[in-house]
Amino acid sequence: MLRFFIRRLIVALLVAATVMTLAFVMTRLSGDLAISIAGPSATQADIDAVRKAYGLDRPVITQFFDWVGRATMGDLGDSFFFKRRVSELIGERMPVTLTLGLTGLVIALLVSLPLGILAAVKENTAIDRAVQVVALLGQAMPSFWLGLILMIVFGLQLGWLPISGTESWESFIMPGVVLAFSAIPALTRLTRAGMIQALGSDYIRTARAKGLSRASILLKHALRNAAIPVVAIAAVQLGFMLGGSIVIEQVFALHGVGFLAWESIAKNDFPVVQAVVLVLAVIYVGLTMLADLMNAVLDPRLRGA
Amino acid sequence: MKRGWKNVATWVGAIIVGVAAFAALFAPLLVPHDPFAQDLGKRLLVPFWMEGSDPQHLLGTDQLGRDYLSRLIYGCRISMMIGITVTIVSGIIGITMGVLGGFLGGRTDDVVLFAITTRLSLPVVLVALAVVGLLGSSMTILMITLGLLLWERFAVVARSTTMQVRNLDFVAAAWCAGCSRFRILAGEVLPNIASHLVVVATLEIALAILLEAALSFLGLGVPPPLPSWGLMIAEAKDYMFFSPWVIMIPGVCLFVLVLGINLLGDGLRDMFGTRTDP
Amino acid sequence: MSALLEVEKLEVGFGRTAAVRGSSFTVERGETHCLVGESGCGKSVTALAVMNLLARNATRRAARLAFQGEDLLKLNDTGMSRLRGNAMAMIFQEPMTSLNPAYTIGSQMTEVMRRHKHVAQRVATDRAADLLARVGITAPGLRLGQFPHQLSGGLRQRVMIAMSLMCDPQLLIADEPTTALDVTVQAQILRLLAGLQRDLGLGLLLITHDLGIVARVATRVSVMYAGEVVESAPTAELFANPRHPYTQGLLRCVPVPGKIRRGEPLGSIPGTVPRVGPGFEGCAFRERCDFADETCRQSIPRHLAAPTHDFLCRLPA
Repeated sequence: MLRFFIRRLIVALLVAATVMTLAFVMTRLSGDLAISIAGPSATQADIDAVRKAYGLDRPVITQFFDWVGRATMGDLGDSFFFKRRVSELIGERMPVTLTLGLTGLVIALLVSLPLGILAAVKENTAIDRAVQVVALLGQAMPSFWLGLILMIVFGLQLGWLPISGTESWESFIMPGVVLAFSAIPALTRLTRAGMIQALGSDYIRTARAKGLSRASILLKHALRNAAIPVVAIAAVQLGFMLGGSIVIEQVFALHGVGFLAWESIAKNDFPVVQAVVLVLAVIYVGLTMLADLMNAVLDPRLRGA
Repeated sequence: MKRGWKNVATWVGAIIVGVAAFAALFAPLLVPHDPFAQDLGKRLLVPFWMEGSDPQHLLGTDQLGRDYLSRLIYGCRISMMIGITVTIVSGIIGITMGVLGGFLGGRTDDVVLFAITTRLSLPVVLVALAVVGLLGSSMTILMITLGLLLWERFAVVARSTTMQVRNLDFVAAAWCAGCSRFRILAGEVLPNIASHLVVVATLEIALAILLEAALSFLGLGVPPPLPSWGLMIAEAKDYMFFSPWVIMIPGVCLFVLVLGINLLGDGLRDMFGTRTDP
Repeated sequence: MSALLEVEKLEVGFGRTAAVRGSSFTVERGETHCLVGESGCGKSVTALAVMNLLARNATRRAARLAFQGEDLLKLNDTGMSRLRGNAMAMIFQEPMTSLNPAYTIGSQMTEVMRRHKHVAQRVATDRAADLLARVGITAPGLRLGQFPHQLSGGLRQRVMIAMSLMCDPQLLIADEPTTALDVTVQAQILRLLAGLQRDLGLGLLLITHDLGIVARVATRVSVMYAGEVVESAPTAELFANPRHPYTQGLLRCVPVPGKIRRGEPLGSIPGTVPRVGPGFEGCAFRERCDFADETCRQSIPRHLAAPTHDFLCRLPA
């Protein structure tokens, strides 16, 4: 078990290093950054000044190792536009994105677990098919469009929820629901498949032969085993949601990390862009490791190995 | 009973995809108006089911007075083109990596697995936005960027199915008969994993269409004045509270097309009896 | 006083297949009743039908199905779950998969007693430890905290047996409890079951395809074929005087020391158990029977060979 985790940790570090390289290469794709930063009306002298000020006059290799070296120590550089430390900017915006991601995950689980269990218990009935249709609909739903529709219906016509901003917890309901939609299909299908497999197993027959109550059979004996893969995928889905929240933060004007990245892309603020990519990738890798750890906690067979 | 329901769903998907493909192919012949022609005197005309509609413009006009139906049909062409091109690019990358990793195993497979892990850790929307934002938005850049980002499911499925096929008897027989590696890959492995890859391809087309729409919506996808559905929604956003249909129409089209592709993909999956979950 | 378990004309169907076709038998208090037959003859389905543990697509009908005089056909699922694991318990063929991998042995053993007897956790844990010791498991305290995957197949089956005894059942149904185990372990488990049956005065319905087991432990034997009980008799009577051609064929398949000469081939019954649909008429064994003729296609009478020995065949008693 320990060896497995050490191996995973090495892979995670390699992934982080690769992402660092990719993020660096990505931001240099457009050729001369100094020209884009200085703007269309800049003179050659302005461009040279920008190049010098941001250290872009050094060889690319030097710039690369400078970025890697600093980033490894937690120094993500300074923003060109905001004139502040990137780590501070991300730190300020991260709570919004994390709140949004966790809200989305909780809503997704609150919807998919009961739906998946219901579909499994009623396998091959109209209810099961209805649940599968819901999953298909969720999969095809463009999230930004759903967000706009919810804004029209619940924000404008019914006036129940705030349309934008982060002033109260209610502001996170609509974006959370929209974000949850992206995870609900996969989580529902997985819960259903896991429950069907568990309910057909010998230990469930034993539980029934013991005369246990229906609730105990379903929730204690079947769900506990069906939940193991669901927990792992839920962690991974949270990673995808944090990465995908950029669209939803834009729709609902939530000033999270995604919004920051979007602003920075528009302003050619490449230190922020490469830092956000790196931070989100590291969070994702961390979440997959957390998923493995939770699997080991939930599945006693993995614990001893 | 279950089969019947599944068949209906597959047929619905096939019909949706068929109609979309027809619209995309023959868009120039089908449109009633030039989708780029502005008529500021006829801005935001309502569609036919609402009062005060103009019979000249069945689905009304947008904020610049362009015919909505014509723009929708051209938007379908753009969605389909992006979906298919991106899937071809990502398919070539993903299938090559997956087959090589699954077939050769060892170090090669380690590298392929590592590439998949790394790719999964990258936030797709953000990276695509950044690349398009830095290089400037154009159809070509968008398609290549998405193609370079969406190959991982192809790689995962190609890898696992190749591993299964590699161990089958007829492949061993081909080895023994002295066939070259390339002949075994092209002649034995690829035909046997093709059905799985077709199912993945349908899912990828749907995903690429959704992503294109999201990027265009954020202003870093298809450049205006091209009528991408995502872009149409973005441009209509300012008017949605007073004229909700301006975002309803392209949104419903996007939703129905993606749903149709997914239904078709699910039907194919059942037909081939394959699993494609990574 | 009524018998412990009465089964009369039990029928179980799965769609177009009739798995059990009117089988009847009774289990008395304190006796070991063996159901024998080839795989696919409906033994396990019979047991599951008694416990009402059949899959959802199965249909169950019977003229009478009673436990201690209580009509099981009238009980709903809640009523049945009050009996299951309590007065009637069951153990299964697959000890490797019959325990929940996510919970400890102790938690799985105590929950059944806490459900039916409403005792404190401590009482249930003590009882579980006692029973583990009783079924021959050393260090029961340690085992209670372990997970199923940490135990061998034989140990898991002992745990299953101990768990089935938690609530002092009157009837224990054991569905091929030794089939999945090593031969040496098989003998141990069988001795254990026989000993427990004798000591606790259990009614034991033992399902097996192994006539060696039957000869050693059974009080009474019912031979099943294609969903029917074709012959039923006290053990000694059945071995001495088998009347149904199928029973005779089964007995010829068993090597008995002293009776079998070296070099002489062991008997076998050609063919396999046929799949029988609803509305099947006549004897299901006729395709494989040496004595079959046209009359075997009509309905078959049940003969009495002795007051406690009956069989289902057109051949006279």
